[in-house]
Amino acid sequence: MSTTIILTIACLGVLGLLFSVVLYFVAQKFKVEEDPRIDIVESILPGANCGGCGQAGCRAFAENVVKAPSIGSFFCPVGGNPTMAEIAKALGQEVEAKEPMVAVVRCHGTIDNRAKINNFEGYSSCKVMSSLYIGDTGCKYGCLGKGDCEVVCKFDAIHIDPKRGIPEVNQDKCTACGACVKACPKSIIELRNKGLKERRVYVSCLSKDKGAVTRKACAVGCIGCGKCAKVCPFGAITVENNLAYIDFTKCKLCRKCVEECPTKAIWAVNFPIKLPKSATEPHTEPQPQTIEKESTVQQEN
Amino acid sequence: MRKLIVSPAPHIHSKENTKSLMRDVIIALSPSLLVSIYFFGFSAIKLVIVGAFTCVLVEYLIQKYLLHTKVTINDYSAALTGVLLALNLPPNSPWWLILIGSIVAIGIAKMTFGGLGQNVFNPALVGRVFLLISFPALMTDWSIPQSWFRDGIDAVSSATPLALVKEGLAAGQSLPDILAANDFSAKQMLFVKMGGSVGEVSALALILGFIYLLVRRVIKPYIPVAIVGTIFVMTLIFNLIDPAHFTGPAFNILTGGVLLGSIFMATDYATSPMTTKGMIIYGVGIGVITVLIRYFGSYPEGVSFAILIMNATVPLLNKYCKPARFGKEVHNG
Amino acid sequence: MKKTFKIGGVHPNDNKLTSDAIIEVFPVLDTAYISMAQHLGAPAEPIVQKGDKVRVGQVIGKPTGFISGFVHSSVSGTVTSVEPLPDLAGNPVTHVVIAVEGDEWCEEIDRTPDIKRDIPYSSEEIIEKIKNAGIVGLGGAAFPTHVKLNPPKDKKAEFLILNGSECEPYVTADDRIMKERPEEILIGAAIMMKALNVDKAFVGIEENKPQAIASMKKAAEAFPQIEIVTLKKKYPQGGEKQLIDSVTGRRVPSMGLPIDVGVVVQNVGTSLAVYEAVQKNQPLFEGVVTVTGHCVTEQRNFLLRIGTPFSKILDAVGGLPKDAAKFISGGPMMGKAVANIDASTLKGTSAFLLMTEEETRRKEEGNCIRCGKCTEACPMGLEPYLLNKLCRAGNRYDDLEKEKIFDCIECGCCLYTCPANIPLLDIIRINKAEVIKIMRNRPKK
Repeated sequence: MSTTIILTIACLGVLGLLFSVVLYFVAQKFKVEEDPRIDIVESILPGANCGGCGQAGCRAFAENVVKAPSIGSFFCPVGGNPTMAEIAKALGQEVEAKEPMVAVVRCHGTIDNRAKINNFEGYSSCKVMSSLYIGDTGCKYGCLGKGDCEVVCKFDAIHIDPKRGIPEVNQDKCTACGACVKACPKSIIELRNKGLKERRVYVSCLSKDKGAVTRKACAVGCIGCGKCAKVCPFGAITVENNLAYIDFTKCKLCRKCVEECPTKAIWAVNFPIKLPKSATEPHTEPQPQTIEKESTVQQEN
Repeated sequence: MRKLIVSPAPHIHSKENTKSLMRDVIIALSPSLLVSIYFFGFSAIKLVIVGAFTCVLVEYLIQKYLLHTKVTINDYSAALTGVLLALNLPPNSPWWLILIGSIVAIGIAKMTFGGLGQNVFNPALVGRVFLLISFPALMTDWSIPQSWFRDGIDAVSSATPLALVKEGLAAGQSLPDILAANDFSAKQMLFVKMGGSVGEVSALALILGFIYLLVRRVIKPYIPVAIVGTIFVMTLIFNLIDPAHFTGPAFNILTGGVLLGSIFMATDYATSPMTTKGMIIYGVGIGVITVLIRYFGSYPEGVSFAILIMNATVPLLNKYCKPARFGKEVHNG
Repeated sequence: MKKTFKIGGVHPNDNKLTSDAIIEVFPVLDTAYISMAQHLGAPAEPIVQKGDKVRVGQVIGKPTGFISGFVHSSVSGTVTSVEPLPDLAGNPVTHVVIAVEGDEWCEEIDRTPDIKRDIPYSSEEIIEKIKNAGIVGLGGAAFPTHVKLNPPKDKKAEFLILNGSECEPYVTADDRIMKERPEEILIGAAIMMKALNVDKAFVGIEENKPQAIASMKKAAEAFPQIEIVTLKKKYPQGGEKQLIDSVTGRRVPSMGLPIDVGVVVQNVGTSLAVYEAVQKNQPLFEGVVTVTGHCVTEQRNFLLRIGTPFSKILDAVGGLPKDAAKFISGGPMMGKAVANIDASTLKGTSAFLLMTEEETRRKEEGNCIRCGKCTEACPMGLEPYLLNKLCRAGNRYDDLEKEKIFDCIECGCCLYTCPANIPLLDIIRINKAEVIKIMRNRPKK
């Protein structure tokens, strides 16, 4: 009995030793020389492998950053400035801080604002739907509400609100990786700067239709009247093809356009509920709702 | 104005659905079921009802309370597993045996893998093999219970023909003697045979079911034909080499659940290959393993094990046995 | 022996309700809305302006690229506007809107009923005439015909195959013209044979049209080079690649064109249009459209001018049926669902099909039970279940390419047959487009 045990242990021990020696030499022979900094950079990266940086994943990002002469053209949207600063430090370089961005859904064609005129059947995907026809509402530019953006989001930051039928971005979870921007077949989602105190003003519509057509299809569409562009003191608003666009690099968050917009297509988020002038009261109506939503989200986190 | 439906093409759909396919398999099983009820009476009914009911209940409970997914017990697939399991048990199995088997079949073999279509192994067979290993005595007790319709044949044989042969050979008897002593004529086994699981009393009833499945295009004939053909060829060769030790083709095909297994178990959609080529390889594999287990293994039967072993190769077969593509490839950049 | 293709296929109920309805000439309405995107490829550019007077058969749009075509007015009257209007999917397309005044045809069009049998033109002249007549493939894709009849120099056509299989359920437009105008179709075929310089042609017809086969066979007695081939009833018998396999046994290579195996396929409707263009100088501005569906009270076959709104056709067959839930332009397997019923008919419109919710509703999607029925049904020998799995996994374009997703002909057999009602084709279609895009952008080795 005891000899069996001893024999077993001896056999296995010798075998183990033999293999470890073999493995050692094999490892020596087939060793791949790799820049050790790649591992360091990779360990700094968030490891989401989202592809938001334009690389195939975090490992590829690390490899390319180390290879590249300058870190300047690289940016990890998930880790943001702190991560980039750390990587720069690890590589002995300097990096400029970039302004934080957030995904903004530029359509408010909710179920209430935009009537459905037909019923879509088939695989529930915006891509399938948009390749087939303009969508189940009268607006061919608006959100289809099938949630391709929700599917691709790796950070649980964008969700279709079943009551409203359009996606909503959780600005605290959003890393501005841009996956939803690419996924949206109607190009409704845009990466905009987070703004001062996370306050943002944007045109929540992409309709290039004539005013009358837009009005018929949607209650809160941009009709291209141009009033906002006239009232903007900073020249941040341009109107092209019956559609206004606010350049966030020029916008100073004065909110004059919000008051002016006849269809309430311009949205201001994260501003205090109380507005300075009583004259603007009618236009504040949709705002408390958004602010409430955004603030509850903040409390949750 | 009324809202139109807009959808991508095609705009029509065949009448077939998962439910109708499963229902067709249950219908195909009904001749065997009726024959077994005729011979085994209440015990057959009891097994089928307990099996089907338990399977459905287990699936319902798991989907509702464990997975919180949509409950899909309406598609008959769980009920089918229960019926198949019942048909694979000895006729006088106690009710709790099939209860345990059903829980294992649905709970472990099916739902663990993600439910319908996701399972790697045939649930009913996993249930059966689990019982065979856990309760060997009960699972090989083939004595016949009292029937409402027949009497006088009780306790005629207490083991399957295959088990009798195996025991006889082990005891040193020669094969022709054993066969003569037990009167295993092919004719008897084709129509009615005693000493077997609930579902394989009559080979004819099973073949009737097979024809129904073929006519309804539920299954394709390749798997059953490949299995039976392989068993036929292999046993013929062995039998010719040494008739004293190896049983012949007719005997092997008509006993030990070959027909039940090849028609109803091996053709289970989720656990069988998709392409004709894959199906033939799969069928041949089952045949070879069955014969090897029967001749050289320690179990008298081998169909269940053979199917389970080949189930494991299905993903591989699906990967390497591609259907014939239309048109050959051209490399012109 | 009846011929058929070897791989896959399904057998939907053919529902040829209008097979015995004689082609009726649809009255000219007071306004025509003629789309400039009548064909595959670049839309035509309108060459008329508001206020212009046009006659029937006058050119109103000229091609803007190699794969493009002329568009002719189907009515006479005054152009009231040239503007983007929604097509049947709702997307804006430039339309020429014409207020109808009388029915004045261009004088070069021969409107006599005589059949002209001599073909006094050369190959180039024929192709030029076909091009100027704006003829497109009437089998569904509306591919400009002159491009197909002008194969690359290094490839030689051996056969012409006329597609009279009409495998789509419900549709009977080709069936009717084969019954009523077989000789013109065959002269059209002879013209195209001359253009292609081939001396053998086949006409493939599915067995469910015995009268069409009989009438075509009778007419073909005068054309020793044209053979009528009876095909088995199996969808998609009329798919270009399937038809070539059925008739000649040749298989078009993956990513290849019919000309790679020496074949040019044209629809019988196209052949008739070619006859009219070459022998009668009549450009393509009208076609046979089947108006059908179990819920339609009066199922008809109409000879319809292009630019007629669908809603007006509906009025002619007894109005909107109460239980119609889906309008389809084309057949039920590959036709397009109409989102905008004010859209007008195109050259390629072969049918207007109305279906009830019960007939057409998609059932709830279940788990894939791996039954392999989609693989069995796929006429291209693909594995739709696997493609579906890879598509849903996301970003598996390399694997999809290896599984030859680009070979998919979008016939709909997989979705038709799937017992779990998985929207296989919906998913495969968009991913196929994506894979082809990636393959096109890839630098060539």
